[in-house]
This record gives sequence, structure tokens and C-alpha cells, in this order.
Amino acid sequence: MDLILYIWRQNGPEDMGRLEQHRALHISPDMSFLEMLDQVNEALIKEGREPVAFDHDCREGICGMCSQVINGIPHGPQKKTTVCQLHMRNFKDGDTIYIEPWKARAFPVIRDLIVDRSSLDRIVQSGGYVSVHTGGVPDANAILIPKEDADSAMDASECIGCGACVAACPNGSAMLFTAAKVSHLAALPQGRVEAARRVCAMTEAMLREGFGNCSNHYACEAACPKGIKVKFIAKLNREYIKAQFNTGRNT
Amino acid sequence: MILNGNSPSGPLAQMWDRRRQELKLVNPANKRKYKIIVVGLGLAGASAAATLGELGYQVEAFCFQDSPRRGHSIAAQGGINAAKNYPSDGDSIFRLFHDTIKGGDFRARESNVYRLATLSNLIIDQCVAQGVPFARDYAGYLDNRSFGGAQVSRTFYARGQTGQQLLLGAYGALSRQIHAGTVRLFPRSEMLDLVVVNGQARGIIVRDLVTGMVNSFAADAVCLCTGGYTNVFNLSTNAMGSNVTATFRAYMKGAYFANPCYTQIHPTCIPVTGEHQSKLTLMSESLRNDGRVWVPKTGGDKRAPRDIPEGERDYFLERKYPSFGNLAPRDIASRAAKEVCDEGRGVGPGGRGVYLDFADSIARLGKEKIAERYGNLFEMYQKITAENAYDRPMRIYPAPHYAMGGLWVDYNLQSSIPGLFVLGEANFSDHGANRLGASALMQGLADGYFIISHTIADHLARTEPGKVRPEHEEFKRAEEGVNSRTKKLLSIKGGKTASDFHRQLGSIMWEHVGMARTRESLGIALGRIPELRAEFWENVAIPGSGAQLNQELEKAGRVADFLEFAELMALDALQREESCGGHFRVEHQMPDGEARRDDENFCYVAAWQFRGRDGSPELHKEPLIFENIPLATRSYK
Repeated sequence: MDLILYIWRQNGPEDMGRLEQHRALHISPDMSFLEMLDQVNEALIKEGREPVAFDHDCREGICGMCSQVINGIPHGPQKKTTVCQLHMRNFKDGDTIYIEPWKARAFPVIRDLIVDRSSLDRIVQSGGYVSVHTGGVPDANAILIPKEDADSAMDASECIGCGACVAACPNGSAMLFTAAKVSHLAALPQGRVEAARRVCAMTEAMLREGFGNCSNHYACEAACPKGIKVKFIAKLNREYIKAQFNTGRNT
Repeated sequence: MILNGNSPSGPLAQMWDRRRQELKLVNPANKRKYKIIVVGLGLAGASAAATLGELGYQVEAFCFQDSPRRGHSIAAQGGINAAKNYPSDGDSIFRLFHDTIKGGDFRARESNVYRLATLSNLIIDQCVAQGVPFARDYAGYLDNRSFGGAQVSRTFYARGQTGQQLLLGAYGALSRQIHAGTVRLFPRSEMLDLVVVNGQARGIIVRDLVTGMVNSFAADAVCLCTGGYTNVFNLSTNAMGSNVTATFRAYMKGAYFANPCYTQIHPTCIPVTGEHQSKLTLMSESLRNDGRVWVPKTGGDKRAPRDIPEGERDYFLERKYPSFGNLAPRDIASRAAKEVCDEGRGVGPGGRGVYLDFADSIARLGKEKIAERYGNLFEMYQKITAENAYDRPMRIYPAPHYAMGGLWVDYNLQSSIPGLFVLGEANFSDHGANRLGASALMQGLADGYFIISHTIADHLARTEPGKVRPEHEEFKRAEEGVNSRTKKLLSIKGGKTASDFHRQLGSIMWEHVGMARTRESLGIALGRIPELRAEFWENVAIPGSGAQLNQELEKAGRVADFLEFAELMALDALQREESCGGHFRVEHQMPDGEARRDDENFCYVAAWQFRGRDGSPELHKEPLIFENIPLATRSYK
């Protein structure tokens, strides 16, 4: 199949950026979306032009590196699918496809489709972990965890940190990302001890990094390649309010 | 030269305790004076950086990805082994040790493997304490499953995302140290050279992948945790960015490269669909617990799999290896699949595939149970192939997956350059000629959480902190080397892309240094690789400049190093005149086609020393001595 692409090109954070038209010819339906872009890039290089810069690494939908808004939807039209796992059989001959980077205040563009998502790392650094030392911990089976809790923790912990939730949100909010980590750890006895401190610190970090707030659009869940549920945002809010009462902290 | 692995003496079970007694310590007040560089932040690197930072050292941690949560350890699906014996099915530290030595076809160092088996239990404790959501049963206890190469259930797992969950645990621990200020993080940074001053590793040269700036970083010790090199085959299950550059640069600075010919071809990957393919996707080996591998008995059978009656199917793994069946180790299962495809009995487009069939398990356990165990893998399979594996069997074929070879290290994980430590897949030490499933995660975390903190102290205690500064002339020289190489790459302005060269190299390697190697095929590879390399340096096209984010420049640098490394790999395969584990030399096989090992002549680690671009590398041997498990023919029949 042949396609017309409009791809966001931007030389750096200060550059204005623009959509540039490209053609993708003889595309096989078995190609992944990134393999289609590889082909476009190889043709550009052979013409002596600069290829489109985009983030990608594992190409099996787990590392969370790829990040493209395709026809207005983060990670494209297929539900629960990262760009690298989106295959061209989802498109048809003659289609026009718009490809843009994640857009959010907290994700400045570095070049073309590559954005800086270190703000998400800083949210985790503020408290998204159990403060355990290496060594000196009890036997793994000394801590019993009901299967339902372990499963719920796992549901939340499947987040790959790609930032699609932020890109999808009209407020540029990182609530789903933060909620997933808070909910994962709050569901487990190991994480419970620090739960109040964690939720306050991570919420503060979220605001500090310039992410917006949640106003219940649920666009995050719709865009999430791992299907993380918005119910975890409710859990985050509950944890936050509990923390305010329990610790007397109101920051 | 005969190399010494520096293992402790005495009974196996006491070696690690004894070594820890012998190792020097750095007192708490002095720790903060020492700087340690950690390169690569997958499981080994993240766990090492977190642990060393927590102990009070100044740690500088580097990765090429945008975040340390993305190291390729994240893609490991199936699980992590430990000798906990929770199911009481006969497991023990000794049995895990035994299985690993045997699985590695008696080409690993006993002392290292025993330590790994011992530490495996601590890893599970550590990860659970961090909040890693391992699978549980209804009573709240940890659940286990079985894996290839073992007859006990010792594998801990978190759905099909065990690597991800373990890495997020280590990433959490690392994040905590970054917050505490003990670890400085440098993401989107690539190590392009190692700096050695007076015979000791003293730092690295790093390119900032966003600005293109090349900078020097000095330290008192360097830990390389940069993973494996199977992208030398171009198409592999590795991430696109996985590369050999850091370890190969260290090799060129004097670190020995051990057993580069030991690469693992994983049996359960999705077959190639066409020329455009950029990587191969693994389907977890755990699928072999409930899936049965088969092909039609007669070649050219074009019927749909469900229309082929039971009697006309060949369940070749169950037939050839009745006691291990579908759970035969990876190298054996891969070769068996290749064999039936070579006979013309392969399935799917191009005939390079075998069925992995879940029909029996679905009938026995129900679709729901199968979905709970492998749901995400079935989804992934459907996305890539547009086929529903609940209704028709998966098609799988072997693909390059893991590097058992790597930089040579002694028992302390120290390379042949003092002060240079190598952890995880980047070293050669624990898997011999073949790695068993669920052992890579175990090794990465054992090295990072529990070994390096002890052994690096012994080196540091003998080193004056901060003695070499980045202004040292060796750093200047290394920086100039990196800059002039970049300039050279950008000036070629040829007609082929770095990916073109990578594809060509990959096809040479897969064809001639792949699953089955002959003296003749290796000779062909050794002829073609230098030709391709010469063409690369005359005809590669890289647009843009070095002073910007330039992904083609990054790729070209990595391909350039693969083009050199490939030759070392073929050379190693040529000198090893035997078949063992993942290394199969067609000339050396039993009458029934199984690998013929030659313990008389090849029971050693082959460690190569760089002797300049014009000379050939020098081979050093570390003899492998088996005192606890008698050398025996590996049989899974």
C-alpha cells in the first residue's frame, strides 16, 4: 500500500516545528508502524536528507520508549497497543496519516517526535518505591499477600511509563501514571508503611513538574497501551485524602 | 597464558563466605570519597548502582535510553529461578547448581555457578520486600512454575512480565538513591571509550546523545552492565539499541573477551515475515509448559493445522527427548526445530516455523486458565501475526536471543583490567555454553545486589580515591579518539545506510556463524566480514552533524563495532573444535546428531586479548575443573 504522511519536524526545543509531507510507498501490511517509518527514513538518508528522529527500543511493546501521536491518538488507532506493536494492516492504501510527538507542558520536544519525559522519572524519585535496604529482609513467604491484592498490584504495576496518558489528557495530567505506582504499592503490606508519605510526595512532584490535574475525561485509560484503569485514580485520591487525615500533613 | 579464575579454595559451599572474609572493606566514612561509574541500567546495572549508592559511594550511572526503567531486562517474560524449594519437589541449592552446570554443557566455572545458586534465594526475598508483585496462590504464598532444563518448579514469575517487574523494583531502588543524592543519573548518554591509566580502569568517555557533547568522567572503578551482543545477527530478540560497543571498547583497551562464540538461539520466537523486519519477537519459553511442539509428519503438508489428524503429526521434542519433552533446553529445542524445517516439514510462509499447540492444555485446563497464565503473550502474538492462538497453534522459530560469552571476569567479577568490573549478560561467567531459562534475571540481580558491593570494596581499599582527574592526558587522548572517529564517520557521505550494513552483516552471521557452524562456513565469514567492514568505512551514509541528536550516527557507531566484533566471534567458533551448548560445529556430532563435546581438548574458557588492529588477537585459556559434578555427556532423553 502507499500512504501520505504528515510528520512533525522540529530541530530542537526552541524551534517552531512544522508538519512535513512524506510518502510511504510499497508498505506491507505485516510491517509494524516503526518499520514503515524505518523505510521512510532510509529513503530520506539516501537522498542526503535528515531522517525523522523518533524514540523506540524494544519493539515488543514493553519498554515504553516509543511515543507518537498518530492521527490525533497517542500510540494510534488500535486499542491497548504501543506504536511499535501497531501493524500496518490497521491502515489501507491511500490513507493520510498525521504523526506528532507527545504534546504536554511537562514533556518538552527534544527533536522531531522525541520528547523529554524525565519529569515522570522525577515523580518516581520523590517516593515511588518501598524504602528497603539491600539485604536483611525477611523470607519471601514470611509476607503473605492475598491473591486479589497481588493481582491488583500487578494490574497497576503493568504501567510502562510511556506517557501516553499525559499526551491524551486535555489537561496534560500525569494522574494515571502516578496513580498506578501509588496503587501498586498501597495494595501490598510492604508498601503500606510509607503509603501516606509516598502519595503526598508524588502528588507534590506531579504539580511541581507542570502536569495538569485530573478532571475525569478518562482519555488516559482509552490511550493506555497496557489498559491501566482509571479506578486507580480514585484509589490515588482516596490514599491522598487518607494521608491528609492520618498524618496531619496538609502540604 | 593460563588464566586463573581466582576462585576461593576449599569446599564449594563455603567458598563465598570464605571470600567475603578475605575481601578488604572500606570504612563507612571513607566510602563517600570513592567514585564508581556504572554503565548500563538494566537489572545488573540498576541493582548495582542502587546498592553501591546506598552503601555511601558516589555513583555516576549512565544509560542510552531516556530513562533507567527501559533497559532491555524489561522484556524478559517468563521468570526468575531460585532454589527456595517452596513446592517441596526436591529442589535445593545443589540441584540448581547442578542443573545450571549441566544446562551450560560443562563450560561454566563451578565456583561462580554455586554462588549464583546460593544467592538466588536472597534475590526473591529482596524483590518481594521491594513490592515486586510475583504470582501468588489463594493462600497468599508465592507460586512457582517449571521451565526448560529443569524437572522441578523453581521459577517465580509475574504474569508474562517478570523482567519488567524486577526491573521496576531495581529502578525504584535506584530512584530512591537518586533522590538521596548518592547516585547521579545520566540518561541518553552513551559510553564510547574506556580510559585506562597505569593499567587501571579510571573512567569513561561519554557522548551526550541530545547535545552531541563528548565528555570525560573519571572514577575509582568502572562497572560495565551493558548486556549482550546478539544484535550482531541484526535480527534478534534484543532491543534495537542493544549493542557491543561498551564491552568491545573495553576489549580494545585490554579487557579479555571470553567465549564470544557462545550465543543462544531461542526456540520460541515469532517467525520472520519479510525483508522489512527490524527485530524478532520472543514468545516466553514458559509457553512450552502448556504448549506442544509439532510439525506434520510429511513435508509439504499444506492442510490447516486442525485438519491434520493426530497420527500424522510429529511431536518431535516429545519423541526425541521423552523425559524432558517440550521442556528440553533451548539449544536442543532450537536445533531440533531447525532440523525438521531443513527436512522440508516446516510450517507457515517460507517453511521456517513449527507449531506450538495449546489445544490439549485448553481442553484440560480451560481457556480461562491459559489466558490467566499467558494472556499477554497471546495478545502480542495476535498483534504481530493477526492469528488467534487460542484457535490455531502458534507458529514459532528460533532466533538469536542471549550472549553467554562476554568480557572475561574472575570470581570477583573483575575483568583482566584492575578496577573494571563486568556484571550481568556483559560478562561470560555463569551460563557456560548455554543459558537455561529464567537464569539471566537471576544472574543480573545476584551480581548487582549481592556480589559487586563486596568485591569492589576490595579493589577500592587498595586504591587512593580521586587520584586521576578528567584533565589527565589519557582522557584527552581518548576524547580525541572518539571525536576523530565521529568526524570520520560523518565525512564518508556514502550511498548505503548503517542499517543496510547491519542487515548484510546479520545475514553473514546467521548463515555462517549461526545455529550450525562448519570450518568452511566460518572461513567464508572470516573472509566476508573484513570486506564488508572496509566497504562500510568507504560507503556509509550518515546525514546531520555530531553536535546534535543524531540517531544515524549512534547506529553507525554501533554497527562499526559489530563489524569488528563479528570477526572475533567467528574466530572463536573456528578454534573451538567441538560442539557444546549453543555452539554447534557440524563436524563434531554424535551419530544421532547430538553435540559431541571434547573435554580432553576444549574444557576451557577461551579469553581473547586484543593485539592491535593489524595483529590477530591472542588466545588465553582458563582451564575448567569439575570437582563437584563429574563431567558427563549431557542427555535430556
